Amino acid sequence: MSKYRKLLAASALGASLAVPAYAEKLGLGRPALPEEIAAWDLDVAPDGTGLPEGSGDVFAGEEVFAEYCAICHGDFAEGVDNWPKLAGGDGTLADKDPLKTVGSYWPYLSTVWDYVNRSMPFGNAQSLEPDEVYAMVAYILYSNDIVDDEFTLSHKNFLDVEMPNAEGFIVDDREATEAHFWTEEPCMTDCKESVEITMRAAVLDVTPDEGKAEDVEPQPAVQAAVEVEEVAEDTAALDPEMIESGKKVFKKCKACHQVGEGAKHRTGPALNGIIGANAGAVDGFKYSKAMKAASDGGLVWTDAEMAAFLAKPKAYMKGTRMSFAGLKKSEDIAAVIVYLKSFGS
Amino acid sequence: MNDNSKGKAPSRRQFLSGAAAIGVGAVGAGTARAAGPDPLITQVQEWAQATGEGVDATPYGLPIEFEKDVVRRNVEWLTADTISSINFTPIHALDGTITPQGCAFERHHSGAIELSKSDYRLMINGLVDTPLVFTYEDLERFPRENRIYFCECAANTGMEWAGAQLNGAQFTHGMIHNMEYSGVPLRTLLEEAGVKPEGKWVYVEGADASSNGRSIPLEKAMDDVLVAFKANGEALRKEHGYPVRLVVPGWEGNMWVKWLRRVEITEMAIESREETSKYTDTLEDGTSRKWTWVMDAKSVVTSPSPQAPITHGPGPLVITGLAWSGRGAITGVDVSVDGGKNWLPARLAAPGTDKALTRFYLDHNWDGSEMLLQARAKDSSGYVQPSKAQLREVRGENSIYHNNCIQTWWIKENGEAENVEVS
Repeated sequence: MSKYRKLLAASALGASLAVPAYAEKLGLGRPALPEEIAAWDLDVAPDGTGLPEGSGDVFAGEEVFAEYCAICHGDFAEGVDNWPKLAGGDGTLADKDPLKTVGSYWPYLSTVWDYVNRSMPFGNAQSLEPDEVYAMVAYILYSNDIVDDEFTLSHKNFLDVEMPNAEGFIVDDREATEAHFWTEEPCMTDCKESVEITMRAAVLDVTPDEGKAEDVEPQPAVQAAVEVEEVAEDTAALDPEMIESGKKVFKKCKACHQVGEGAKHRTGPALNGIIGANAGAVDGFKYSKAMKAASDGGLVWTDAEMAAFLAKPKAYMKGTRMSFAGLKKSEDIAAVIVYLKSFGS
Repeated sequence: MNDNSKGKAPSRRQFLSGAAAIGVGAVGAGTARAAGPDPLITQVQEWAQATGEGVDATPYGLPIEFEKDVVRRNVEWLTADTISSINFTPIHALDGTITPQGCAFERHHSGAIELSKSDYRLMINGLVDTPLVFTYEDLERFPRENRIYFCECAANTGMEWAGAQLNGAQFTHGMIHNMEYSGVPLRTLLEEAGVKPEGKWVYVEGADASSNGRSIPLEKAMDDVLVAFKANGEALRKEHGYPVRLVVPGWEGNMWVKWLRRVEITEMAIESREETSKYTDTLEDGTSRKWTWVMDAKSVVTSPSPQAPITHGPGPLVITGLAWSGRGAITGVDVSVDGGKNWLPARLAAPGTDKALTRFYLDHNWDGSEMLLQARAKDSSGYVQPSKAQLREVRGENSIYHNNCIQTWWIKENGEAENVEVS
């Protein structure tokens, strides 16, 4: 009651001011309970404040990522459609079209942990256990070549991870570098000699039509050449070393493909006997329109075609569902083809 | 100059439909004699004879059907999904300065959630004497303020860095709205909890899945930040953060956290996703500016513009637009009809106010020749809105955010307008 009187008195004194004035706390609200703070105070600061105990490794992360994240971010964090790419882009920040990913751009690892923990997976946020988050973050680091495939991330080694672009940021310096914009009295007459139109929006024509139904999506065109090649296969003489190194490369494919005895379709088709087979022809698998078209066109997975496909799947076949950036090294491609041949061709 | 605009462009279509609606009689407007009596006057019209709709036909009113084109619009190719996307205020069709809530742009990071007042809780924690929880009712018992502020997304005009791209003021400059907010100063709530001396920042987050957490220096939080629950006199709309959002005057829209659920006092910035991977501005050499919070002075001619062509021919023409600055009040706007060679001071509809939209007019006598229309804002800090060339000189073309360059509309002899860049 006394509090109320004081407020009234203060308000009366300050009545002519726009800002309400009062003398002291109003005693509104109630103290937050420790359990309530623990439930909501989840943010993690760059110095690791807020990180719960836990750990997870790259392999565990790969599984969690394939299950929850790959549908938007791609199996290798390379991004699907317009969804964010999480990996790649190293050294592109000064390019015409920089690729900003966790590896190429994000300055703090805490941000990754915090965001995955608080807001991912999209549509099912705050459903992951701390160990799953550690594993997933470890996998994202691995996808960016920041750690190797043996890496385990935990609250203990969290601050040891060096983010490549940690030093890439400066605090807003507009008032210094743009001081010349504070000109007070700008030019009013004869400010330029000539004025020419240098670019027009109508030329680009990317403005949405008003009041019109959505544009019809263009069907993906198969860009691949679909000529049939007969290649003699010598399955008997496969190099055991090549098979072994191909097996390692195939880890990158395992999130979506199975091969060997009892192999089943997962996100991608089972791959027994795939080399030398007709494309898009594995029984019981639902292919993309692009792959079906290639199949109808007679595409056969010869060594050469498979090698071209694996180097850059989306460039080789526009519209394929295989959300994989591609194998960079030709020896990896050769090895994984030999490995696949060891399961029949 | 090439006059042949593409038939697919909205400006063209709207130009044609607009001209048709106004009719032939409009062309020689003004002092010209009518060819004959206007049947709209000489004949008794249906609306003058029969009766109209009774009260309560629409308990909450909507714009009349003739205004159905004045709506928010999305640019589908910008984002992967509307759940995490943005749309644009139809500024080309509005006048005055207050943006009606129903057509004020939306920006969501994980969709607009439905959170009732009874389920609403606001927590203040971190470096405070007493961590507190407030209900919605509690907030309504604190002394309240009313303030008009603009809210501009940092990415407004962001698609125009590399060149003229989107053909319409709605799309180039529509990530902005201006409302009168009723709410409690954040300072009041922080003082209720008691900020400890080591507290330097506040971390604010929303109740939605994205949380959209942002770090704000304590100094700003104690200055003019509002915890708002009404806009333009009525409850916030769901898409703008019902029941409670943060209002951070003059600073980028991403910091105006919707469905505000927690304010944490911290010693350092949290460096969340929204203040590191996004809302940071990459310069030409690949380094990036962070903490670029304030929105610089900016203006745009809203009419005539590509979606609002001139349909009445030569003669009196109202050139109008909006100006604003996050650094203070607008003190003046200059308009050029010749691409920036010469400038004329525009008339401000009312003196500029702090961090709010200002409407300007240039009452012009159009001779029917081509114009290259530009507007240039000045604010109370002495800042003058730069050209795109001036901005590119400092920042390059990859900043995405904070593009406050002078905009050019090419007005053609037939009254159509197009977004262009000029030398």
